[in-house]
Amino acid sequence: MTETKTDELVGRGNKEGADLFREWFDGLAETAKQGKGAAYVFVMGSMAELLHVFDFPLVLPEITSLQTAVRRVADTYLAEAEDYGYSPDICGYVKADIAVQLRGGQHPMGQIPKPSIAVMTNACNTYIKWAEIWERMYGIPLVVLDVPATRQAGGQFQPGSSDFERDRKYVEAQIRELIPLCEQVSGKKFDIDRLRESLGYANDMNEGWRRVLELNKSKPSLFNAVTDGTVYLGVSNNLRGTKKGSQFFKNLVEEMEYKSAHGIGTQIVEKYRLGFVGVPCYPIFRRFSELFTEWGGNFVHSTYLNFASGGGSLGYQYDVNRPIESLAEGFLISVREAMDNMFHQDRVVIDWVKNYDLDGVVYHPIKSCRTVSTGLADGRRAMMAATDVPSLFIESDMMDKRVVSEAQMKNRADAFFEGLASRREAAKIAQS
Amino acid sequence: MTLRLFETWQNQTLEGIFAECRELAEDADFPTVKRWRENGGKVLGHFQVYFPEEIAHAAGMLPLKMRGAPVEPTHSDSRFGSYLCSILKTNLELVLSNRVELDMFVTHPICDAARNLAAVWGRNYSYPCQILYLPQNANSRASAEYLRGEYERVKNDIEALTGTKVTDEALRNSIAVYNENRSLLRKIYEIKRRQPWLLSGFEAYLLMNVGGMILREEHNEMLKAAIPLIEARPAKRQDKIRVVFEGGFCEQPPLDLIRAISQSCYIVDDDLLIGLRWILEDVPLEGDLLMNMADAYLEKSTYSPVQHDARKPKEKMLLQRIADSGAEAAIITAAKMCEPGLEDQVSYTKALDEKGIPYFVGEFEENMTSFDSMEIQLETFTENLIFS
Repeated sequence: MTETKTDELVGRGNKEGADLFREWFDGLAETAKQGKGAAYVFVMGSMAELLHVFDFPLVLPEITSLQTAVRRVADTYLAEAEDYGYSPDICGYVKADIAVQLRGGQHPMGQIPKPSIAVMTNACNTYIKWAEIWERMYGIPLVVLDVPATRQAGGQFQPGSSDFERDRKYVEAQIRELIPLCEQVSGKKFDIDRLRESLGYANDMNEGWRRVLELNKSKPSLFNAVTDGTVYLGVSNNLRGTKKGSQFFKNLVEEMEYKSAHGIGTQIVEKYRLGFVGVPCYPIFRRFSELFTEWGGNFVHSTYLNFASGGGSLGYQYDVNRPIESLAEGFLISVREAMDNMFHQDRVVIDWVKNYDLDGVVYHPIKSCRTVSTGLADGRRAMMAATDVPSLFIESDMMDKRVVSEAQMKNRADAFFEGLASRREAAKIAQS
Repeated sequence: MTLRLFETWQNQTLEGIFAECRELAEDADFPTVKRWRENGGKVLGHFQVYFPEEIAHAAGMLPLKMRGAPVEPTHSDSRFGSYLCSILKTNLELVLSNRVELDMFVTHPICDAARNLAAVWGRNYSYPCQILYLPQNANSRASAEYLRGEYERVKNDIEALTGTKVTDEALRNSIAVYNENRSLLRKIYEIKRRQPWLLSGFEAYLLMNVGGMILREEHNEMLKAAIPLIEARPAKRQDKIRVVFEGGFCEQPPLDLIRAISQSCYIVDDDLLIGLRWILEDVPLEGDLLMNMADAYLEKSTYSPVQHDARKPKEKMLLQRIADSGAEAAIITAAKMCEPGLEDQVSYTKALDEKGIPYFVGEFEENMTSFDSMEIQLETFTENLIFS
C-alpha cells in the first residue's frame, strides 16, 4: 500500500509541472496561430489575477527567454539582438526576447503571440526598459504598476500604519486605472466575481507555495530548490490565479507532506544542506546543479523561489470580499517581499541558516541581472559576519554562455566542498 | 548665508573661475564638504539623478550630489560584483575611504544597480540609508499625491536627524533659492544654444558641476557673476558642428573627454547632470509646497532613460532636444555597464537613422584616462560632416 502511494506521489510535482509547462506553451502557440494578442507580464508582480478576468493569454518573457538557454540555443538569439544594436552588457533575457520578436515570435518551444498590452511592476527597472521596446515595436499600451518597497533595512511599513496605507492606496489607484484599459484592449467588461474566483485560486497557490517551501526544512530535504524548485516556480508563475495552478499546488503539498512524513528526500544522499542566492545558471542548468549534488550538497532553499514568484512564497491570502482593496494590499506586500529577497537578501539568508539548518550558502551573481546581483557581495559579507556558515561566490550568467566557465566553477565548488568536509571533520574531532 | 564653502572663484577672471571650478570638481577629497562638517554642518548624500534638495536645504543640511569621483574603488570593490558601472563603486569608495562623511544617504529606483545602494550602504553605516521611491508610473493620476507623501516622509526623517523643523517659511526660501539656480542654469544653456562660441560645453559643465557640492546660494552668486562675463566675451564663431551630447544623466564622463568633444564640436545641449535641471519651470511658492515640488517633478520636467513617462518617449524627446538647440548631429554615449543608457542607445540611433540625423556612438567610464582613439574617431566624424 505504502509503495503504491509512494509511486503515485513521489515525483508527481515534477511530472505535472512539466506537463503544465508544455500545455502553457502550446496554448500560446495556439493563440499566435489564431492571430490573437497576449498580455506580456513579468514574474515579479504579473497581476495575473486581474488579467485572467479579461481572458488575456499571458506571456512571461523571462520564462520564454530562459527556455532558449535551457535548450542551449540562447547564443543565436543573443547574437541576433546584438547584431540589431543591443550591447553585450545588457540583460540576456531582453536580448533573447528581442530576437524572438524579430523572428515574428518563433521560439524553440513554439510560436509566441504578439503583445496587445504589457503590464509590469518596478521590481526590476529592466522590465520597464524592456517593455518600452515592445511599445516602440508594436505601439501597445504599457502600464507600470509602481510598488513602493522597503525604504530602509528592517523598516517595512506594516498594515495598519499610515505609511503602509499611503502605499496601498497608491497601488490600488493604479489597479483601478488598469481595469478600464484592460476592458478597452480586450473588449471585455470587468467582472468582479471572476476576479474573486481568480483571487481564490491565487490564495490556494500562495498558501501551497509557502507550505512547500516550509516543508523543505525536513531532513532530508524533499526537493532541490534550484532544479525541482524551478519547475514548481514555473507553474506558480504561468498558471497564477487559475484552477489548474490551484490544483497543482494542492497536489504538490500532498506530495511533500507525504515525503516529509516518510523521510523521503531527493535522489541523492544529503550530506550538506545549502542555500542558493541569485539566479540559476540556465546555460548549463543540469550540470550546474550536479556540481553540488555530486558532493551530496542539496539546495534546500533559494532566494530565487521567493523573488521570482513575485513574493508568492509569503503565502498572502486575499480577502475575496473586498477584492480590489485586497489585491492592492497583497500585491504591495508580495512584490515588496520579492524586492526584499534581492536587496536585503542578507536578512533572508541569516534566517535560513537557523531555520533550514544550512551547512553552506552559494551566491551566484550573474552578469545579466543587476537587480539581483549588485548587492550580493556585500550581503555575503554581512551574512558571514552574522553566522558561522561558509559560503561560495561564483559569477556567471543565466543566459550567456560566453561568461559561463564550467571548469572554473567546478574548481571553486570542489574547493568549497573540501572545505565543508574538513570543517565537519574538525568539528567531530573537537567533540570527541 | 554666513558660511562660504567655495570662495576661490571670487575676484577672478572668467578663465580663473573655470580653473577654480575645475580644481574643485576634480578634488576627490571634497573640501567643501569637509569645511561644512568642520563647522558643525550635517550632510545628506544622494545618488543620481534627481533628489528634492530643497527639503534638506531647508533643514540646514548640505545636500551633496553624489556623482562619482576620480578615485580607485579599492575599498568598495569587495562590496560589489564584476559587471557594474563605475559610479556605484566610486560613490561608496568616497565614504569607505573617509574622503566624504555623511549623516544620511538616499538613493532612488533609477536602475537595477542603484536601487540596491540603500541596502548596501545600510549594511555598512548606521546612519539613515534609504531609498526615495520616485514614481515610475508618472502617468497615474495618483502619482503626485503619492510623491508628495514620499517627500513628507523624507522631510520627517530629515527633521528627526537634524532636530530642525522644516517650516513652510524655510522650505519656501529654499525653493526660491533652487528656482533661481535652475533659472541661472537655463540661462547658461540658452547661451550654449544661441552663442555656443561664447561658452564651450566643457566650460558650461564646469560651472554647473560644482553646484552639486556647495550651497546653492553660493552657486547662484557664482553664476550671476559669471554670466555677464560670458556674455561680454570677445569670442568669435568658429567652424564647428553643433551637437547634442546624450548619455550623461548619471555617471559622468571624464572632464577631459568633455573637453575633447568641446574642442571639436559645439555642445549646444546635453543631459549632463540632468537632475540639476530636471525641473523646467519655477516651483510655485504658494500653497502646498511639497505638492508643488511633486507636481513639478512629474509635470514640469525633462526626460531621462531612467523615468518612464508615456508622454515622453525618449527618442522623441531627443529629437526635440536636437531641434530646439539647432543641433546638426548627436553624440550618443552611455556609461559602461549602464543598462538603461545602453538600451536607449538603440532606440536613439534608430530614430536618428529614420530622420537622417548624423550621430556618433560611444561608451565611457568616469575613470577612463585614455580616449585618443575616441578623439580621432570624433574628429573624423566631425570632419566628414563639415566637408560633406
